[in-house]
Amino acid sequence: MNMLLTDEQMVLQKDFKDFVEKEVFPIADMQDHKECLEEHIVEKLADKGYLGAVISSSYGGKEWDPIVSGIMHEEFGRASTGLRSLFTVHEMVAIAIQRWGSEEQKEKWLPKMAKGEVIGAFALTEPEVGSDAKSIQTVAVHKENHFVINGQKKWITMGQIADIFLVFAKYDDKPTAFIVEGNRAGFTRKLIKGMLGFRASMGAELFFQDCEVPEENMVGKCGTGLTHVALSCLDHGRYTVACGCVGLGQACLEESTNYARKRKQFGERLINNQLIKKMITEMAVQVKAARQLCYYAGCLKMQKHSDSINETWVAKYFASTMLDKICSDTVQIHGANGCNQASRVERLFRDAKINSIIEGSSQMHELLIATNTAMTTRRTKFKPKTEEK
Amino acid sequence: MDIKEKVKEFVTKYIQEDDLGYDVNFFEGGFVNSLFAMQLVMFIEREFEIQVDNSDLNITNFDTINHIVALIEGKKAS
Repeated sequence: MNMLLTDEQMVLQKDFKDFVEKEVFPIADMQDHKECLEEHIVEKLADKGYLGAVISSSYGGKEWDPIVSGIMHEEFGRASTGLRSLFTVHEMVAIAIQRWGSEEQKEKWLPKMAKGEVIGAFALTEPEVGSDAKSIQTVAVHKENHFVINGQKKWITMGQIADIFLVFAKYDDKPTAFIVEGNRAGFTRKLIKGMLGFRASMGAELFFQDCEVPEENMVGKCGTGLTHVALSCLDHGRYTVACGCVGLGQACLEESTNYARKRKQFGERLINNQLIKKMITEMAVQVKAARQLCYYAGCLKMQKHSDSINETWVAKYFASTMLDKICSDTVQIHGANGCNQASRVERLFRDAKINSIIEGSSQMHELLIATNTAMTTRRTKFKPKTEEK
Repeated sequence: MDIKEKVKEFVTKYIQEDDLGYDVNFFEGGFVNSLFAMQLVMFIEREFEIQVDNSDLNITNFDTINHIVALIEGKKAS
């Protein structure tokens, strides 16, 4: 395992950094205040090819390896969590089509998604169903040569602007995935405002009322919607959220260090205060540790290793939970200046919380990690001394 | 190590039964959860350099060691 980025990966990392500095930092706060993406930013991402990050080059994508894809999420996460979330959901849909879609679906959608002509969004969560995805209430009924979908989805990232949705519905009482185009009759959307964080993520509620989609829009097989299709998507989603958390943590570290260098109290700069040094030390160590967990999960993904799924849980759990302390300390260092909307750290603090809820809450991760650990930890062959006696 | 032994080694990483029979149905037995299904697909694809397609996604292809081996051998032969 190579612990260092390759030259090619570092070139791309610089490209992402330069783009984010030039195009994203200047608009990030404005996007948050307006609760929407800046008008031309999606076109700019498309021009750079970033929307085709995970799409095969045979469909016009960049086909970047998971480490590069993770670095892209880290760099965008450093500036704008709301914008970064566009990549997550768009890539989740692309991955579903690429891995489980028919040849016709791949030919139809992937080239357009790679160019950014079509934006994808992932529609699993419902008003009454979050972590318990098996209990989705949206239903699909087969009629002649099409499916009729009825139901409702909520908290759908990029739901306001997406052109296609990967919708999960019960068909024959089994969770199944469908592509639903945003211009289908019987499909409507309602924007969601007033979120705590991720305010530029263009969230929406989706409504399906006798919405007809052709048979060929089913992705995968009946009944594989959660176990295979959604799991592949969510695995990627968790990885990108974890990498985005590293970027957000890095932003906190930079904001805290820069503020502490400038701010003087009691005739001394804050950076010289030992209590502030402790906070910055903890931030630096936590961010580096989270980054290494992401790289490790990314390496396993590159090898398509089955352990990549659980190592991604570990990375997402660690990276999102570390932000609670890091962001809190960042606001603490900034004092009252960090508690106002005029301060960037106020946004970082709000965005951080969402990361420990989306793509599986921290509590679901605790259950998954514990279950997997219990299953795979070797049982001891030796009897404890107490039993020998 | 032959296909059967490699599959058994992987499966017993999750089902720690030393004498797991080749025909024991580990989904019906409640030994594994649904996440195991995807881990199994990834293992098969990586270890045996084959692609598991939608048409292969029948539980009966993955529920015992012998069924998994038959799937792998069938796909390698084709």
